[in-house]
Amino acid sequence: MSFELPKLPYAHNALEPYISEKTIEFHYGKHHKAYVDKVNGMIQGTEFENADLETIIKKSDGGIFNNGAQVWNHTFYFEALSPDAKKAPEGNLAAAINETFGSFEQFKTDFANAGAGLFGSGWVWLVKNKDGKLEILQGANAENPIRDDYTPIMTMDVWEHAYYLDTQNARPKYIENFFEVLDWSVVEKRF
Amino acid sequence: MSFKLPDLKYDYNALEPYIDAQTMEIHHTKHHGGYTTKLNAALEAENVSGKSIEEILGSVSKYNMGIRNNGGGYFNHNLFWEIMSPNGGGNPTGDIGNAIAETFGSYDKFKDEFANAAATRFGSGWAWLVKENGKLKIGSTPNQDNPLMDVSDFKGQPLLGLDVWEHAYYLKYQNRRPEYIDAFFNVINWDKVNELFKG
Repeated sequence: MSFELPKLPYAHNALEPYISEKTIEFHYGKHHKAYVDKVNGMIQGTEFENADLETIIKKSDGGIFNNGAQVWNHTFYFEALSPDAKKAPEGNLAAAINETFGSFEQFKTDFANAGAGLFGSGWVWLVKNKDGKLEILQGANAENPIRDDYTPIMTMDVWEHAYYLDTQNARPKYIENFFEVLDWSVVEKRF
Repeated sequence: MSFKLPDLKYDYNALEPYIDAQTMEIHHTKHHGGYTTKLNAALEAENVSGKSIEEILGSVSKYNMGIRNNGGGYFNHNLFWEIMSPNGGGNPTGDIGNAIAETFGSYDKFKDEFANAAATRFGSGWAWLVKENGKLKIGSTPNQDNPLMDVSDFKGQPLLGLDVWEHAYYLKYQNRRPEYIDAFFNVINWDKVNELFKG
């Protein structure tokens, strides 16, 4: 089986001014595509040749894991961004966020701190644990919480390539911008 | 005592066209400057004073992650600026030139091996040429770890370090890390590397 780069549900310039067209062109058109191409090449002739990405994330290591997980991570990231983003959760998800973090504002602060505090390349995740409770997790490089039996419901890329053309060293500014285009209606459905 | 951000010995635009002025300025003032400030704050918080950066890194397992990350970032960038020069590039000469030819077969083979170490470091990190017990070795470390650290899998005396964090090349090369690695060979200050090798 061979993986395909999923289409973006918006134009490359649609997230301006928060995420630039140039960033999307590289991030989606080069980085995400390269992970797809590399994992497709690497799995040939291995036990993962016909595996889905979740199996690759749970069972593989090294280059197959890195590239396979990065395909999944980027797909999950891009599909939750929108030019018409719903800016705050409602319903069950809003209640769960309030219960776990105290308030939506406190959740955003905690999540932003986790993003700013992740040293090096990686991802920050909002996940459901085995008891159905929400948690914020940091993962280095390609790490994905599925491997540890969490259910991801939202993620933010903090590799420098996600923001360096737009905000350079100012990762916190990127995190603010991310919340302007994060579509909570997508996150609600996942929850 | 606190550590100071060193001045560069050349202008921000001096490594053009291989490394652009905007990258150099942000890299030096913001990234290296940030590591320096945070290192000093972390050392003060842990009441560490009177130690050289090499001593701190050599026993970094005793300290918290703030000292490991920012101490590594401080040292690594100090070295990085020193081992580059607008008059750099070309083949290494002197003792280091001989040692490279002897260890790797030729300078071209050294370049291939070093470039491969830099290209295959997944995520953020550094590629290194080090000396250990008189022998040259090539390897890489994640994030701001380095071969002086007791926690590092790859150890030795750093002679040459290449920053492969995306912040080192993204404004000019974006996703094309291999082009940045190729360009780096044009600015290596082999006189400085030779001095470190003999030291």
